[in-house]
Amino acid sequence: MMQGEKAAVERVFREEYGRLIASLARRFGDIDIAEEAAGEALVAALERWPASGVPANPGGWLTTTAANRAIDRLRRENQRDAKHQAAFMDHDDTPHEPTGPVEDDRLRLLFTCCHPSLAPQARIALTLRLLGGLTVPEIAQAFLVPETTMAQRITRAKKKIASAKVPYRVPEAADLPERLGGVLTVLFLVFNEGYLATGDGDPVRAELTGEAIRLTRILRRLLPAEPEVAGLLGLLVLTEARREARVRNGQLVPIDEQDRAGWDRALIDEGHDLVRECLAINRPGRYQILAAINAVHTDAPAAPDTDWSQVVALYDQLTRLDPSPIVALNRAVAVAELDGPKVALALVDRLPLTGYHPWHATRAELLRRLGRSVEAKEAYDAAIAATQNSAECAYLSRKRGELV
Amino acid sequence: MTHYLLTVHGPAERDEFGSYGSKEEMEEAFAATGVFNDRLHAAGYWVFAGGLAPASAATVVDGQGETPVMSDGPYLETKEVIGGFWVIDAPDLDVALKLAAEGSKACRGKVEVRPFDGLA
Repeated sequence: MMQGEKAAVERVFREEYGRLIASLARRFGDIDIAEEAAGEALVAALERWPASGVPANPGGWLTTTAANRAIDRLRRENQRDAKHQAAFMDHDDTPHEPTGPVEDDRLRLLFTCCHPSLAPQARIALTLRLLGGLTVPEIAQAFLVPETTMAQRITRAKKKIASAKVPYRVPEAADLPERLGGVLTVLFLVFNEGYLATGDGDPVRAELTGEAIRLTRILRRLLPAEPEVAGLLGLLVLTEARREARVRNGQLVPIDEQDRAGWDRALIDEGHDLVRECLAINRPGRYQILAAINAVHTDAPAAPDTDWSQVVALYDQLTRLDPSPIVALNRAVAVAELDGPKVALALVDRLPLTGYHPWHATRAELLRRLGRSVEAKEAYDAAIAATQNSAECAYLSRKRGELV
Repeated sequence: MTHYLLTVHGPAERDEFGSYGSKEEMEEAFAATGVFNDRLHAAGYWVFAGGLAPASAATVVDGQGETPVMSDGPYLETKEVIGGFWVIDAPDLDVALKLAAEGSKACRGKVEVRPFDGLA
């Protein structure tokens, strides 16, 4: 088989993976069975497709093949326990029982992967593995942990799902807001890890930002009436739109120095549409407000055109929902543009964030603008010591070096 | 349906009102727990439940040798011990967690939810 053919089959497989696993997990009630069957379907596709061509409906082909393999396997193993008996009886394509406001297998699986009974790290890893189709080595690499550690983390979470009987179910409407929050957090964290990657490797991991956006798009299709889902998608695409312009020669480029011609207009337009849609629904939430802030930034033809009073007003609104010091820090950055660095520094100095590198970086920048070089250098040093992103470290080092 | 053990964890040291601050608090918690127990019965989740005597009343037995060895006190000397438990039969973890939250509120203690691997 040609390498290109193999890669093409694997690409289709990966695109279909989340759908495939979700459908099999629902049908057989077991993630391990789903994964094994999906693996066998990939082997079958690699044998067949290069000769016969990719079928018109590759997802359907993979699902049918995998389901048949799973049933064969269960028959062969002649399992007698109730779960597998149930799986046999369930193998015909009768419609699944309505269990919540939305019925899509991937959505069920996403809620399972992000279940509050699982450790937060495990939720992210499981989501990337089962819905994103990323391999265990890829996820281990993304989160800078040894492969065996990541494999154990995923295995342990899957065992807990099976033994504690975490349901494959979209929560009831009454529980949805609470549970949806956990899912959005996972998607946001996956994106952030891609956008400001930790470690010595690439400062930006486009496969993670892309995956987070893809999963959020699916969530949006499945829950079109939830404004926070639209808000998160808006936030992610407006941030992703600036990805290419954000790093130059291995250094982070702050938004006011970015080449705005390098921003992705299609993503910005999409983000602005989403923000307008959220405004019309008028049920503001954290991600919607963050999206609106990013809409203000991406609306300005050049950095000096930014409507900072609007940005501060949005941060005021966010503070009412989430009065955390991190929100206060971001608000202070906008205040610096409106009322000057002195006012902003007074706000920043009050915040209990000495362990948070953006606090040091913000102080350094404000002190630099106030001409307080000695203190600025100290703050840059603290920020450099605390950041784990190579491009940000390079940027901070340059700014520190420019101080006399 | 799956069986879950819901254990209530509380301080090992108890005074005259158990692990509660006052007589009123203790009585309120008992009453709320009674209401919760009735609900478990009515909804068909109930298997078994009970409150335990203080851990100081425990005896550890090691019967692996030729003659059993008895020792006074709980197996682990800890500040927090199991004060009581429920065994429930629930369709899935979401239901079990919801019931645990209600039970925790009723008895005023943290509740650990652990599935049974099987029943004898």
